[in-house]
Amino acid sequence: MSRWTKKARNPFHFYTSVILKELTWKKARNLRELVEIIKEVPGSVIYYHTHIFLQRQHSFSPDPPNAFANWVSRTLGEYKLGEELASIDICSFNTIRELRGKIIRIIENYLFDSKGPLRYAPPGEEFDFIKAHSFVVPTGFKANNLKEFAMILEKVTIYSIYFHIFEARLRLEKGFNDFSFWIGTSAFAPEVAKNIAELDPYTFNMEALRRRILDIIRNWCSAEQGIGPG
Amino acid sequence: MRIADYESIVGKDIIYELGLISKKLRKKKVQCINSTKLGGGVAEILSRIIPLLCDLGIDATWDIIEADPDYFNATKAFHNALHGKSEGITKSVFDKFLSTGRDILRSAKIYGDIVFIHDPQPIMLIENKKPANKWIWRCHVDVSNPYVEVWEFLKRFIEQYDISVFSSPNFTRQLKIPQFLVTPSIDPFSEKNRELTSEEIENVLEKYEIDKNKPIITQVSRFDYLKDPVGVIDAYRMVKKYVDCQLILAGNRAADDPETDKVLAEIMQKKGNDPDIHVLVIEPEKNDFDINGIQRASNVIIQKSIREGFAITVTEALWKAKPVVASAVGGIPQQIRHRHSGLLCRTVGGAAMMIRELLNNPEYAKRLGRNGKEHIRRNFLSTRHLRDYMLLFLYLYNTEDIIYL
Repeated sequence: MSRWTKKARNPFHFYTSVILKELTWKKARNLRELVEIIKEVPGSVIYYHTHIFLQRQHSFSPDPPNAFANWVSRTLGEYKLGEELASIDICSFNTIRELRGKIIRIIENYLFDSKGPLRYAPPGEEFDFIKAHSFVVPTGFKANNLKEFAMILEKVTIYSIYFHIFEARLRLEKGFNDFSFWIGTSAFAPEVAKNIAELDPYTFNMEALRRRILDIIRNWCSAEQGIGPG
Repeated sequence: MRIADYESIVGKDIIYELGLISKKLRKKKVQCINSTKLGGGVAEILSRIIPLLCDLGIDATWDIIEADPDYFNATKAFHNALHGKSEGITKSVFDKFLSTGRDILRSAKIYGDIVFIHDPQPIMLIENKKPANKWIWRCHVDVSNPYVEVWEFLKRFIEQYDISVFSSPNFTRQLKIPQFLVTPSIDPFSEKNRELTSEEIENVLEKYEIDKNKPIITQVSRFDYLKDPVGVIDAYRMVKKYVDCQLILAGNRAADDPETDKVLAEIMQKKGNDPDIHVLVIEPEKNDFDINGIQRASNVIIQKSIREGFAITVTEALWKAKPVVASAVGGIPQQIRHRHSGLLCRTVGGAAMMIRELLNNPEYAKRLGRNGKEHIRRNFLSTRHLRDYMLLFLYLYNTEDIIYL
């Protein structure tokens, strides 16, 4: 039997995650305040500001999802630091704690090296720290093999893809994305799992990421069967 | 409208997810309370959201408080005070608020598991709070710079609620209770936002004697200094040197705004005898349809405000796939990413240059409009508002960072 339709060891249950935003009342007007607040806020705040644009932009151009980087560049005009923050490879961190540490080091090094006075955000354009409450909901969709998986992946919301690729890996600290884990350990396609795990998901918009994952699965299927996916 | 009607706009997947979330609230009775069912943004939002909640299987009801006109004069004074104006705030206003508030307390029937109070008018109902029910205070007003005496007075009621909700971090002040953010939304089926036929659009242009063959730049707003209508005319004149175009300044007369006449007089003086500037004071009963038609007929929409709230007129324009030039103030940068879903300006000259860019590059303008519409579709329609409200309700029973439903 083809691995495309072979029954997986365990089914894959699709979940989705939606976010409610809570104000923390922490506001930064300059880089010094920004870094001090980054040190003290809960991990859910760091998570929100390094991921929110992923959910918001959907099919827009793939801007860096890092709100700290955007604010530092656009509001403070510190473009070099903004670019450094934007270029943090979030995939290389397995916990929010590690990611937070990296952000702090970059800002503190920049402050240490900079000679000029601190730049202040204009009133009303301060950085507002927001906390994300994630509501994780089972969608009821269940895949028993790769073929079903691909069919469901086409119709779930981007929030579901977001949950399994980003939230599961970093916020839930699994260290891997759910899709790769299931495809590799349950659906008998470790090469597909590896290709998905090696994607650079933070540089895709969500719809492009969905298409890319589907392409990986279908291309593998075509090669596997010598025909297109049926 | 039924929730299924929105499938054609936001997608089947989104409606399916709303259904999943709503299942977790099926056993809860949600009681919304405000001061009126007619007129104003709050009533408009509730009139859309409540039927959709019910359609999703949630037992949601909508009640209003009843009080004499003097009470509403007092709450109107409070409303203005929350915007920083101290006029009319006397001891008798506080006395009236408290005495009628107590009458409202006695007569109100509170039956919701979740009691969802909107704005200050019914705020005293919190005194009826019982341990079994959860209370939310939804503030639709910008309270960032209030007349402090009124804010402190209201705060002692607000802080008895379980949670509060605001539209933007910039519209709020710190409270001892959790404060959530829910951005405003528009309804794609409302009279102001529904699709119009080309005949309907042409009828609107004819009605206001606007030339359909000459490019139209439009600003829709109250006639208010903070919307910088005079600056808009200056920008139009800079554009007019290169592109033969028309300007529409459209809005309705706010009955409670004594500045309107003064601002209108200044606009008319600035307009002079230019026949291509159309200053349209639209009758409230025709407002939604006519504004829809004017926005859809426009080549460029401008919102050159000096200060803004969320700027729902920008949301409406983007939803109509119009290229928008707008000031980078208030909630506008949330809606427009510069050069992707619109253009953000900071000066009159900048606004003029951007309008010229858009009029001279229709393909670029179209692309911005398309992106803008998609951004609104994903983030600022009533279905997202509905989702956020349901999440708020669920939060009342589970306050973790990650909540498994």
